[in-house]
Amino acid sequence: MPSARSETRQGVTMMTPLTARRRVGWQRIGEFIIERLIWIAGISTIVLVALIFIFLLREGLPAFVSVPLSELFGPRWYPIENIFGLWPLLFGSLLVTFGAIVIAVPLGLTTAIYLGEIAPQGQREILKPLIEMLAGIPSIVLGFLGWVALAPLIQRLGAPTGLTAFTGSLLLAYMSLPTIISISEDALYAVPKEYRDGALALGATQWQTIWRVVLPAARSGLVIAVMLGIGRAIGETMAVMMVTGNAANVPALGSGIMFQPVRTMTATIAAEMGEVAQGSQHYHMLFGIGIVLFIITFAINSLATRIVGQPVNRRRRGQL
Amino acid sequence: MTRQQMNKIAVGVITAVAALVVIPTVLVIVYIFVQGIGAISWEFLTQPPTNGMTEGGIMPALLGTVYLTFGTAIVSMPLAIGAAIYLAEYAGDTWLTRMVRLAIVNLAGIPSIVYGLFGLGAFVLTMRLGTSIIAGSLTLGIMTLPVVISTAEEALLAVPERFRVTSYSLGATRWQTIWHQVLPQALPGILTGVILGLGRAAGETAPLLFTVAAFYLPDLPKSIFDQTMALPYHLYVISTQVPNMPLDIQYGTALVLLMIVLALTLVATIVRTRMRRRREW
Repeated sequence: MPSARSETRQGVTMMTPLTARRRVGWQRIGEFIIERLIWIAGISTIVLVALIFIFLLREGLPAFVSVPLSELFGPRWYPIENIFGLWPLLFGSLLVTFGAIVIAVPLGLTTAIYLGEIAPQGQREILKPLIEMLAGIPSIVLGFLGWVALAPLIQRLGAPTGLTAFTGSLLLAYMSLPTIISISEDALYAVPKEYRDGALALGATQWQTIWRVVLPAARSGLVIAVMLGIGRAIGETMAVMMVTGNAANVPALGSGIMFQPVRTMTATIAAEMGEVAQGSQHYHMLFGIGIVLFIITFAINSLATRIVGQPVNRRRRGQL
Repeated sequence: MTRQQMNKIAVGVITAVAALVVIPTVLVIVYIFVQGIGAISWEFLTQPPTNGMTEGGIMPALLGTVYLTFGTAIVSMPLAIGAAIYLAEYAGDTWLTRMVRLAIVNLAGIPSIVYGLFGLGAFVLTMRLGTSIIAGSLTLGIMTLPVVISTAEEALLAVPERFRVTSYSLGATRWQTIWHQVLPQALPGILTGVILGLGRAAGETAPLLFTVAAFYLPDLPKSIFDQTMALPYHLYVISTQVPNMPLDIQYGTALVLLMIVLALTLVATIVRTRMRRRREW
């Protein structure tokens, strides 16, 4: 494990007093083994991501080979008739995610600003665990509430059914809020205090300081927060499956688009995998959807990491 | 409008929006509590469901979730803590380390249903474990890795460098330093990560769909190679798949699940704040 730090530390080890050296034999071997194991644990994360992708490819690629491209991008998903058009599912996922982001981004960023810039210390110490709790509520519990409480409410607002893209978006928005809030709050926290002091000293109001100084300085972190929020929303399964109505057709464009039932990619896998014969075209196709989901989230997360740059200047609290 | 007025309005709006986020969170928890508490009884927690699941309790599902949570801990803890030690104590700024970090970010981002697919393909079918507790634990264990790794790494990095340097200067080797100095100091933080990860795993449904979960099992699992019911999946089943399901049982089940997960989150938060206060550096 070569690294700059290891060299200096090896140097320290070399200075071990002679008395200690007598029993190094077994100890050295033991340490060697432990350090190898730790290295393996570290590398296993890469292996796991690769394995997940390989398994998806192995089970999913046959679908893309056997289904003609024109059908793959077609508007019909009728597994019973062996028609596998991905468009309605992709559209469903994108629509619900888009709705969720439109709701969650303003709410999330504003809450982060409140927590980071406005809330007094005491309030912050209550609110932050509360938001962690929101992150902890299982998606199935929120889905359950959406199903028994929220959907009837939305139906009463005049929609033909309460199980719509909007219902899904609303739930997803609240589920992606903790991600958006905590990452954007970190970004605000990273803005040096001197920036704020400078602005305030020049006579800017608190709002002017936030709007003109703090937010621009935290920009890249805020973009990452939004991206990871999108990643979180697009992969959500259970809650979305329960409240979006699961109709696999492309909804009619127009003003009522959010108030029609849709079906997402994740819900399709969850709902149909239990009923397919292993090795059938339908089975491979569901893994194919898994590949699409993997690639989308992989792209979002890798891109977000690129924006931060390499995480080298991590804060090391409590220096020498 | 003067800028002072503008400032007041802006701060007011920001505060109102923050309330719009926080209040529903509290409401959701309170609402489920109020609706569900009536169903909770000793029998509800210790009896299996009866009469096509429309009566009786949730015991097999509850027990299944406990088994799965333990299984998840056994799978993810050694691997995650090892990886965290690697990142915090050994890894230099090499391309390999950057790959590991990228892998962790992406593991955290993979949708839970895709973990379910992976579990189905890798453990259930290829390794021929069948739909079983062990297949589910492996799937959930891998899924919780990123949470545990990043919290544990934070905890290790928070241990001041002078602890290490002092230990080296007394002749300790690198592993002795980690084992005797760094790990004990970082333990509470690492525990926080593990508990948070388990809390998340306990509430997950999607990865269980094709790897463990049974719709209804009259018998309890006898080994780790058996199927089991699980609380989140049970909630899904009784709320969407069983007709004429009494609403109070549904809310009761949701409440028990919510309490388990929130209790774990709360314990993690308490461990963290306690230890931060006690810290002497």
